[in-house]
Amino acid sequence: MARYILGRLLSAIPTLFLIVTISFFLIRVAPGGPFDLERPLEAKVMENLQRIYQLDKPLWQQYLLYLKSVASGDFGPSFYFRDFSINELFAASLPISIKLGASALLLALVAGGFMGMIAALRQNRSTDYAMMAAATIGVTIPNFVVAPLLTLFFGVWLGLLPVGGWNNGAAQNMILPIITLALPQIAVVARLTRGSMIEALRSNHVRTARAYGLSNYAVVVVHSLRGAILPVISYLGPAAAALLTGSVVIETIFGIPGVGRYFVQGALNRDYTLVMGTVVMVAVFVIVFNLIVDVLYALLDPRVRYD
Amino acid sequence: MTSTTDERDLKAASAVRGRSLWDDARDRLLANKAAVTSMVVLVAVAIACFIGPLLSPHDYDEVYREYVKVPASLEPYPRADQVTPEIESVLRRARVTVDELTVESGNFTARISSPRKIDPRVTRYIDRSDLFENAEIYDFSADEKSATVRADVKTLYFFFGTDSNGRDLMTRTLIAGRVSLTIGLLATFVAIAIGVVYGAVSGYLGGRVDLLMMRIVDILYSLPFIFFVILLVVFFGRNFVLMFIAVGAVEWLDMARIVRGQTLSLKRQEFVQAAEALGVDNAGVLKRHIIPNTLGQVVIYMTLLVPKVILLESFLSFLGLGVQEPMTSWGVLISEGSRNVQGAAWMLIFPSIFLTSTLFALNFIGDGLRDALDPKDR
Repeated sequence: MARYILGRLLSAIPTLFLIVTISFFLIRVAPGGPFDLERPLEAKVMENLQRIYQLDKPLWQQYLLYLKSVASGDFGPSFYFRDFSINELFAASLPISIKLGASALLLALVAGGFMGMIAALRQNRSTDYAMMAAATIGVTIPNFVVAPLLTLFFGVWLGLLPVGGWNNGAAQNMILPIITLALPQIAVVARLTRGSMIEALRSNHVRTARAYGLSNYAVVVVHSLRGAILPVISYLGPAAAALLTGSVVIETIFGIPGVGRYFVQGALNRDYTLVMGTVVMVAVFVIVFNLIVDVLYALLDPRVRYD
Repeated sequence: MTSTTDERDLKAASAVRGRSLWDDARDRLLANKAAVTSMVVLVAVAIACFIGPLLSPHDYDEVYREYVKVPASLEPYPRADQVTPEIESVLRRARVTVDELTVESGNFTARISSPRKIDPRVTRYIDRSDLFENAEIYDFSADEKSATVRADVKTLYFFFGTDSNGRDLMTRTLIAGRVSLTIGLLATFVAIAIGVVYGAVSGYLGGRVDLLMMRIVDILYSLPFIFFVILLVVFFGRNFVLMFIAVGAVEWLDMARIVRGQTLSLKRQEFVQAAEALGVDNAGVLKRHIIPNTLGQVVIYMTLLVPKVILLESFLSFLGLGVQEPMTSWGVLISEGSRNVQGAAWMLIFPSIFLTSTLFALNFIGDGLRDALDPKDR
């Protein structure tokens, strides 16, 4: 197992290298530069800026320099947020996004799994239909509609929760963003759990467990759910990566200083290092979570082995 | 003798027409209540969006300065208590004094006076207001220092209210729907076209070409998708036409994989081998045999792709990267609405209703089509 994990981590290096290379050259090809303002800077100022940020060197040299600094874990200075390095920006905002994303993920897993399980146990009855209708709504309505509607209900009309802001992570400021983030995930998890749970309940080992006279709890939770949770886990891997690296929409609407905004801001302001940093961060999250999914698979399903 | 038998056979054959896959699929689809309802909803939304703006009395970019952020209502504007203050403010702007004012329903008459001679062009001040029309001036006194003006009150309906610039939200929502639906369809066609051709070529040629083409797809997959879209938008500028090409150019990856998978199984089939044995060239086989046989999957994927593209376009517009003012799309309207949610909730609610009902309908149609075309999958 350890050998397998090590192998996977090593094979991630060429992938990361490719991603860094492609996005480095793609963002450089885009017209405009980080210091193009409405009123152009004076030539001398521009020249100095370019020299400080090493933009005056040939592109391949810049690329090598960037590769070197990324390899040592330094993502360089930000071009737009002057006086900040990318590492500092991420250190400040990534924990916030992770906190929100992890809470949403947990909520999605618990609520969605529970809904899916109930729906599967009451298959083709009104409870089932109600749950699945709710899940369809959750999947269809986009988060930039859900978020303002939630603020409208709970923030403006009922006045229960603040409409936005982070307020150093106060609980009431986190409720709406977490719910908005979790809703579509709850819906997908519920659908997946229902599907695989129905299949698991019909399988031979569950029938045997029932024949042995095991309690309903043991049959459903120990023997069915364990197998039924597998598709959910393989879905949640990439989803977790996306949730933990922040959402532009949620952070914009609720005014949260997370890491999701940096993507759009970086690309629009041609903040090369910021964009690159975000790309690498997302890629690392995706790779790590795919690995976690595969390891969990092996732990949950004894038929899967990596030796 | 034989010829008549042949004719009879021919007649019998034409009387009992065979049922194609598509006939079966259509019947199954029409039996699906959710899908049929969704089709009705979708057609209604489409008709409203494409014909509605032509019938609407307001232009989508017409600004009513007196009606900024008025709530949605079935009652006509202006309200009774709005008229008198507006008359007074208009005539004050015209620098005349109101001596006597009678307001009836539909029009008003005012006796005005001024220390100087009254210019008959005073009526223009009245007409310029969004509340009045057909202003006229008569009954000048001998020294022309007092006169009577009358004007009709212009009744306007804002069923969805107006936005923060005083534009009719109903017309804007419908125009936005036109933009969103058009982009959704066009971008989907771009994505489908690229994906089908790419996937079919890759799967059919196989070998090293396939390996290379699929590696390219894998690499594009691993790039963060939003990064890619934003880059494309940055490249092309904020241009309406190029926007859907950008979106389409990003969304073809799944299609390519699906079609490649289908092609791999199709190219081993006898009819393809027969075509090859008859000397049909690669392009011919692809065009005549491979691509038509993947159409079922393509149609299903297409109905599911349209809502995805609409969502993506709305998302980009929400970020301010998509459609630009005064043109609008559902994403733009929702983003404006979410900024004005405190105090002008209707600006959020109406575009949201249109967007979500369209997305719902498209999703149900997609699910229905999948069930109809692939009965095993139920």
